Amino acid sequence: MWEGAPDPGLYDYHPYRANDPRRRRIAWPGGKPVAVWVAPNLEYYEIDPPIHPKRNPWPHPAPSVVNFAHRDHSNRVSHWRMAEVMTKHGFPGSVSLSVALCQHHPEVVADAQSRGWEFFSHGIYNTRYSYDMTEAQERAIIEDSIKTVEDATGQRIRGWLAPALTHTPRTLDLIAEYGMDYTCDLYHDDQVQEVKVAKGRLASIPYSLEVNDHYGFFVYNMSGREYAETLVRQYERLAAEGEREDGPGGTVMCIPLHAYLIGQPHRIGPFEEALEHIAKDGRAWIARAGEIVDAWRAQVGAQQ
Amino acid sequence: MSTLPDSYTEYPKRGEGYDHDLYPWSNMHQRAPIHWPDGKSVAVWLCVSLEWFPITPEGPFKAPGHMVTPYPDYRHYTSRDYGNRICAWRMLDAFAKAGVKASFATNAAVAERCPELIAAVQEGGHEIIAHSTDMNGTIDATLGEKAERKLIGDAMTRLEKATGSRPKGWLSIARQQSFHTLDILKDEGLTYCCDWVNDELPYRFTNGLIDLPLNHELSDRQIITVQQKSAESWAQSMGDAFDWLTAESQRAGCGRILPIHLTPYILGLPYRIGALESLLADLVSRNEAWVATGEDIVGEWERQQCQE
Repeated sequence: MWEGAPDPGLYDYHPYRANDPRRRRIAWPGGKPVAVWVAPNLEYYEIDPPIHPKRNPWPHPAPSVVNFAHRDHSNRVSHWRMAEVMTKHGFPGSVSLSVALCQHHPEVVADAQSRGWEFFSHGIYNTRYSYDMTEAQERAIIEDSIKTVEDATGQRIRGWLAPALTHTPRTLDLIAEYGMDYTCDLYHDDQVQEVKVAKGRLASIPYSLEVNDHYGFFVYNMSGREYAETLVRQYERLAAEGEREDGPGGTVMCIPLHAYLIGQPHRIGPFEEALEHIAKDGRAWIARAGEIVDAWRAQVGAQQ
Repeated sequence: MSTLPDSYTEYPKRGEGYDHDLYPWSNMHQRAPIHWPDGKSVAVWLCVSLEWFPITPEGPFKAPGHMVTPYPDYRHYTSRDYGNRICAWRMLDAFAKAGVKASFATNAAVAERCPELIAAVQEGGHEIIAHSTDMNGTIDATLGEKAERKLIGDAMTRLEKATGSRPKGWLSIARQQSFHTLDILKDEGLTYCCDWVNDELPYRFTNGLIDLPLNHELSDRQIITVQQKSAESWAQSMGDAFDWLTAESQRAGCGRILPIHLTPYILGLPYRIGALESLLADLVSRNEAWVATGEDIVGEWERQQCQE
């Protein structure tokens, strides 16, 4: 990025129009108009982390009981509830992983692995923020992420969602340098897009804050049923736009989840109905993040 | 630009299990199954908070629902007190009509100030859980162990005196504790607390105290006051939760719990109480429901743990 500039210089402007030379028409496998990926955040939050000068993790001095325990619910109860529903309807996960979960609760990581899910890094802990890290510190968390996930699962991570969405001006350049293929941190598009990096290539895959379960329940204050209805509307619109013959082709819908939210007993039933709707509709290419980026890269690679 | 110390990327507690030793990790689906009486699938636990908010807020942090305007905040003082004068009685009627027993998490000050209410709670066969002294009696790490021991001890002594017996359960204000709280509760002879919402079945802390998780996401405060949903939307969420837990219980061959946390001044308003009455009528008509107090649920769980 252009550090200090008003426009960070992350990407060029690409109008949402077909046949614009800057936006090639995308075709997903099987002629599907919309790629749908589910991104469960499997996280570990420290009970008493060091305090970062720019952000305090908890609203109370440690232990912040409800906040810690709420997130712990994922690793004792709701991960399995969420994962079962996803597996039942044929949705693999692309996991945004606090990589220290591989040490703290390897059972959760092993469960995701056994379901054929893909892992990308969400930092070491969701209570350690990247702001103000030196380059050496940032390289250390990237190298730690690559090694930790490889040791635990055999997978080489291909993507990054910054821990608690905290960045430095060099994060995108560094992850590209380490050979990662995608970032989930940019929210400027409904299709996969190229990101400008110092060396190599990096794609931005649409994640989503707007239909993230955290936003649904704590920003927009939706009930479980309203959130499920929101997912269906988001899906229907992106499928319809991806189908347009005069449109820019394959769109991407991400469903970012936190088990401790979506896996609560009053929300999981309506959520299952939304997944069932998408699975039965037939227009969705249900895929993992890496597959979506690969299918896109295969079509635009020569152009870039 | 400031820089971070090297220690910011060092992780001394990164290892198997938690970064604390308050309780061990355990995933719910792999534990020995719990079976509720008469083969019921879901224990429905109604827990009502009885709260008195002094018009002079104090304590380590301001309790949710506490005074808002400059002193004297008549508006919030009286609307909270309305809960104890009117709404708690409405709830008692609703429970009697449905034929169900609940737990009442009670400030010591309410027990002293509203003896008729406490007598009615006891005559109705409901349980009293300790809920600090009054709504200034918040706990966090800034309170200090000595002051915290005094606060919890004071609440227990006053509740015992006002109600005639020592509560077995404890609910902290806003479920907030310090690292000393679990040991102090154990030393005060309590059997269980309701503060840790990380599970959906009882479990034991390292020190032997039991947690009976009182899900905060299912509370009327969270759904109606924080998320601004209607009472009908709240009731629909409770119904959806009950349906899910029933099916999950039957699939897993293991009992589940639906904790319903109620606040008189929130759900006991004239235009909202009907949603609670309808929900209770629906739940008691379901064969899968065991409506029970916290004490009953913990007792049943403890009994089955001993048999293993």
